[in-house]
Amino acid sequence: MLNIVELKRKATEIRMSVIDMVYEAGTGHTGSSLSNTDILTALFYGVMKVDPTNPTWEDRDRYIQSKGHAVESYWAVLADMGFFPKEELKTFSKFNSRLIGHPNNKVPGVEMNTGALGHGLSISVGMALAAKLDKKPYRVFTLMGDGELAEGSVWEAAMSAAHYQLDNLVGIIDRNRLQITGSTDDVMSNEPLDKKWQSFGWEVVEVDGNDVAELVRVFKEAPIATGKPTMILANTIKGKGISLAENVASWHHHVPTKEEYDLAMTELSKQLEVLA
Amino acid sequence: MNNVAFEKNTGNKIANRTVVSDTLLELASENKDILVLTSDSRGSASMVPFADALPEQLIEVGIAEQNLVGISAGLAAYGKKPFVASPACFLSMRSIEQIKVDIAYSKTNVKLIGISGGVSYGALGMSHHSVQDLAVTRAIPDLHVMMPADRHETKKMIEALVDYETPVYMRIGRNPVEDSYLNADYDFQIGKAVIMHEGDDLTIIATGETVRVALDTAYALKADGISCRVINMHTIKPLDEAAIIQAAKETGRIITIEEHSIFGGLGSAVSEVTSQFCPVPVKILGIPDEPAIAGNTKEVFQHYGLSAENVACIAKEMLGC
Repeated sequence: MLNIVELKRKATEIRMSVIDMVYEAGTGHTGSSLSNTDILTALFYGVMKVDPTNPTWEDRDRYIQSKGHAVESYWAVLADMGFFPKEELKTFSKFNSRLIGHPNNKVPGVEMNTGALGHGLSISVGMALAAKLDKKPYRVFTLMGDGELAEGSVWEAAMSAAHYQLDNLVGIIDRNRLQITGSTDDVMSNEPLDKKWQSFGWEVVEVDGNDVAELVRVFKEAPIATGKPTMILANTIKGKGISLAENVASWHHHVPTKEEYDLAMTELSKQLEVLA
Repeated sequence: MNNVAFEKNTGNKIANRTVVSDTLLELASENKDILVLTSDSRGSASMVPFADALPEQLIEVGIAEQNLVGISAGLAAYGKKPFVASPACFLSMRSIEQIKVDIAYSKTNVKLIGISGGVSYGALGMSHHSVQDLAVTRAIPDLHVMMPADRHETKKMIEALVDYETPVYMRIGRNPVEDSYLNADYDFQIGKAVIMHEGDDLTIIATGETVRVALDTAYALKADGISCRVINMHTIKPLDEAAIIQAAKETGRIITIEEHSIFGGLGSAVSEVTSQFCPVPVKILGIPDEPAIAGNTKEVFQHYGLSAENVACIAKEMLGC
């Protein structure tokens, strides 16, 4: 496992890959991928039991990215870990590539095809339930967006996870408070989120979702209570790491211009230098 | 075939849903990976004996069809063999996106059993009828679609599905249906139509409970000296195109009968084949493009002309006699 500084460096490198992929492809969910980069870095490099040389290992921890659109950081992490060659990142969103704009389980390391919002938590309930039935030690991690929480199916799944006492299930909300149209408060307010999940029978932990050290700590701590699923409200900044993208709704799927690309890469390089 | 119940009235009182439950109970007792998932539908699905006998293998999801399908996909992704038993009207509509993405697209081995299908909820109205399900499900890649004719075929189909790796939507009705077979002693293959009765003058292709109507029609026509082939198309997808082309070439006329909208179901599937490979006149019988009238299955069938008397008339018209 990487130490904290190494994790931070890794997250910055993943951000550089994200920018490269989006710039090269001319499409992508830039702000969303930068938002969840620290969460993915903490999970994949610091917490989850997965094996790139044996992606279908039966006892692996499962990761379901319900907010499938924020896929660039996911592809970058999987490639960096060796699930597939890094070279392949250049094919992102290109004709006939398997690295499409949403998670695709033709790619080693990806469990399910996601992208239609509100599906991931139900799938995860099924996977966690299977582990309980067969007494398997694995955990299931599910990443959702805060805009996604307007989908009613999320709450069907929430109810069933508590009903079946799935303490092997960890939900994460990438709570950047922005969605494609604007702020989540304006589009469809979801507060109070902590109380909502608590009332559905979940243990709730709030954390700085861009702090890899904190994320690793809470991911390792889960389950907080025996017999209850854990929801981690990860407060994040959409577009994190690149000043001109941070907290700007239009960067949801903005493709950087050449000038913006250069600025972003310079900024990220400086962040790497500091972490050396 | 020698085990077809050509002359009707075997007096069957066992509903296909009971057969689904009994067969799954038998199979699941030997195979712990077989699970049944219900949406507060264990009663409608006749799954109470299963729940009592194998409580750990019945997963209740409550009235939440999207979650029902999502959970089944997660269980299958792990390696379980989930059979989802939920009213066809809700399963094929409320959760169609989960069926498309979590099951068909993700290729999770889930078997969806749409119960109380077609118009079998009768007077409960259009909200509870499912006569668009074949149209919707058969348009989804990697999802196979089936409808058994009677209790014998239901048993054969469930047994075949256990080791069938492709996701399937299978629809059954609520009430006992008259047998189309004398017994289950025949070769059943997914994707292979059954020629229930040989004939040269025309062919009736039917699926599910309308196979019985087709047999009765052929029986009535026989008395008038008309030789009518009857094809049981229990698998709508993958479709047995060869059987259709052969029937078109050898009999020159086709009637399709289905407990489904005349749009997008069996009649459409058959016409897609004939129009491209062997154009012959095809008459499509089913539920017209309107909320189906209230009544029991027999009354509704009668109203829309899905009866031996009416189909025999149409056959004679097609033959010009």
